[in-house]
Amino acid sequence: MISLQKVTKFYGRLKTLSEVELEMKAGHCYALLGPNGSGKTTLIKSVLGMVIPDSGEIRINNQNVAGQYLYRKQIGYMPQIGQYPANLRMAQLFEMMKGLRPDVKNTDEELIDSFGLRPLMDKRMYSLSGGTRQKVSAALAFLFRPFIYILDEPTAGLDPVAVEVLKEKLIREKKSGKLFIITSHILNDLEDIVTDMVYLFEGSIRYNSAIEDLKTETRESSFAKAIAVLIKNQDLQIKELVTP
Amino acid sequence: MKIPVTIAFLFLIAFTIQAKKIVVSDNSLARVIASAKAGDTIWIKPGIYKTGNLLVTKSLVIIGEGLPTIDGEYKYEIFTVNVKNVTIKGLRLINTGTSSTLDYAAIKATGADDLKVIDNILINAYFGIHISNTSGAQIIGNKISRAQAASETAVGNAIHLWKSNHALIERNQVSGHRDGIYFEFVTNSVIKNNHSEKNMRYGLHFMFSNEDQYIENEFVNNGAGVAVMYSYAVNMIRNLFANNWGSSAYGLLLKDMRDSEVINNRFLNNTMGIYMEGSSRINFTKNEFSGNGYAIRMQASCDGNVFDQNNFEANTFDIATNGTMVLNKMEKNYWDKYEGYDLNKDGLGDTSYHPVNLYSMIVERVPVAILLWRSFMVFLIDRAEKNLPAITPENLLDSKPSMKPYDLLAKSN
Amino acid sequence: MTRMLKYVLQDVLRARFVLFYMVFMMAVTTILFQLDSDPAKVVMSLLNVVLLVVPLVSIVFTTIHYFNSYEFILLLMAQPINRKSVFLSQYAGVASSLCLSLLIGIGLPALAFGAATQVLPLINVGLFLTCIFVSLGFLASSLTRDKAKAIGIALLFWFYFTLIYDGILLWVIYAFNDYPLETPTLILTSLNPVDLARIMMLLSMDISALMGYTGAFFKDFFGSGFGILFSFAMMGLWVMWPLLLALRRFKKNDL
Repeated sequence: MISLQKVTKFYGRLKTLSEVELEMKAGHCYALLGPNGSGKTTLIKSVLGMVIPDSGEIRINNQNVAGQYLYRKQIGYMPQIGQYPANLRMAQLFEMMKGLRPDVKNTDEELIDSFGLRPLMDKRMYSLSGGTRQKVSAALAFLFRPFIYILDEPTAGLDPVAVEVLKEKLIREKKSGKLFIITSHILNDLEDIVTDMVYLFEGSIRYNSAIEDLKTETRESSFAKAIAVLIKNQDLQIKELVTP
Repeated sequence: MKIPVTIAFLFLIAFTIQAKKIVVSDNSLARVIASAKAGDTIWIKPGIYKTGNLLVTKSLVIIGEGLPTIDGEYKYEIFTVNVKNVTIKGLRLINTGTSSTLDYAAIKATGADDLKVIDNILINAYFGIHISNTSGAQIIGNKISRAQAASETAVGNAIHLWKSNHALIERNQVSGHRDGIYFEFVTNSVIKNNHSEKNMRYGLHFMFSNEDQYIENEFVNNGAGVAVMYSYAVNMIRNLFANNWGSSAYGLLLKDMRDSEVINNRFLNNTMGIYMEGSSRINFTKNEFSGNGYAIRMQASCDGNVFDQNNFEANTFDIATNGTMVLNKMEKNYWDKYEGYDLNKDGLGDTSYHPVNLYSMIVERVPVAILLWRSFMVFLIDRAEKNLPAITPENLLDSKPSMKPYDLLAKSN
Repeated sequence: MTRMLKYVLQDVLRARFVLFYMVFMMAVTTILFQLDSDPAKVVMSLLNVVLLVVPLVSIVFTTIHYFNSYEFILLLMAQPINRKSVFLSQYAGVASSLCLSLLIGIGLPALAFGAATQVLPLINVGLFLTCIFVSLGFLASSLTRDKAKAIGIALLFWFYFTLIYDGILLWVIYAFNDYPLETPTLILTSLNPVDLARIMMLLSMDISALMGYTGAFFKDFFGSGFGILFSFAMMGLWVMWPLLLALRRFKKNDL
């Protein structure tokens, strides 16, 4: 589905991605983990075409995405921090996003309702709290029923109720065989969802396997603990990791 | 009046006593003129007379009743006068022939002393009134106009005088010709109260003509304005020079002139109010320069000129020169761009005014610099100059500029 | 693209600045017409405004707008839309709203004072300058990711074209005063859109008679069919090259 081949990206002299090789398949949910600055967001943005790699190839459905844009029809993206035109009202934002993709008639507005965004529709974007903005970002990511979901820190800033709403939604969508890429620090939130883990450290992939294998390997029953063990074993410094 | 003129006048009276009045109303006009005796009056009835080459060899009075039309059918000269004491009055003379070798005119006079051409209307003449070797001609109240010609060589002058003296040109309206009024070797004459407009070259063209005056004329919208050249002792008083606009148009061009007076004239909206070269000892007094591109543009070859009590208002450049102007004098003029003060309240500013700005000096030296005209940089140069006047040469100045414009209403109209 | 243009326009208009700009131009034009009854003189005064204010407003507004709509661009870039149309719709939105403000700001009062035909050449060069400086504004924005730096670059562009370039030009003219300079200056002025606009404007007016032989030489050139084509082509190039350069950078920049 998504395949990265020797993807390298420099910011100035800093090598953010170093010959990243990665295959991601439909029906899987990948947890993209790694410390701050390990290249998670850069990797995601490379897939989206927002960051252009210095070398290497990114293929989606066996097509090179460099210079392309139509492949993004299949992607729903929820950014780490949702930045929106400040003066736009929420209703206008949704209307605009729908207006830009008139080919999708049957939009998925379930999250708008379950997040309770409807009463806030005529609020301007600048007046919304960080959490509400995250809800908007999540709703937008699901709006066009994409096949690939890329969620950058989806649970950060959301209240527990909203996290539950989002998780339920993810579980439901997962059943229909879609592909998810999720980065998160808060591993508990992902427990029931992720099937695979990709661990990124200093721009290269240090670990990539199914969660079951990971649990077997580390002899831990909980995902978060398994990871903690992994990190300890492999001496990969993650300081922000929240363990239960 | 001088004695010979008086005597001539008495003769005229003596002639008219026994003279006949011949009335013409048909195509016998040419025959009647040919057969008339000196002193006769030929009275032309209203109508259209298609004729020309009317040779006047005797002192006749030719008068039209109700503006009869004599049509030269674009073939002939109409009147050719070569005798003294002829009067032509009240006629409408149209459509003379055109020739590049013969100066066809509606009225051509040679050696026709005391010729009077009064209240005629001339339309589409090659030359209007063409006078040479004549003393005491009076050209009064004529209207001379013509259709637009293809070029200034395809048309002659409206009133043309050559080698004449003691002429009076008064209350004529001339337009559409090469030059409105043309003087060459004409002395002791007066040009007064004429209106010269839309001529292709000069409204007044004036050469080698000394001791003349022109007073209260209006020269408006002529191709190149007025040119006064190679003469001395010319008085130019209360004239209007307006709207002479074009890349080589002047209100007044003074070339190789000397010892003359320019008083109480108005120079309005000309490309250059006065352009002068090689001119000396001319007094410019109480003139109004307003809305001109350059009020005065003076070549370095000019000296001994005095500018006194003139008003300079709303001109793009007040004075431009390619030299230093050190040999000319400026005093007590009013400059609207002057920003000085008058502490002793004598009506004259306490600091001097520099009428030549730095940018105009640059342009005089490097004409291509005009391309930066109206740019922000030139604006800054002008501002800098006003605050630091030291950057313009010291000698270009009016040391006693007037604080207030002069009331120069004592002029024509 | 047209759909995106609609949203860019909404975004630009929401900022109100464009409206303020239009009202300002209207006020200036009206006041000038009231102060002087001669349309030619009004056009001369307006020319100063157009040559200074229009480039400044266009380039600074564009730069600020670009950085203010960064979120909007981010949002769009996650959608199946190519960068070129995002960029061009941004350009079209900013340029067209500024052009419209200028057109109405000068055109409407001129129409009211019955001088529409006299201001036509002025509006023409004004629109060109707007498009050119919007292009330059995008170029300035694409050169850096820092808003303050970009505004600095934009102001530098403006300063260069309205003042520094002319200073250098004057110095060159003065230094090579002994040579025939008409053709070199003709080329040099074409390399600055503000100078070109000013000269096109001056030559279209009676006042060009004051420019003497040089003016006549230039009028000869710019008045000919080729000259008109040349000046329009030059102005067109000045719209195009910063725009294309900015587009190239925009396509490659990371968001």
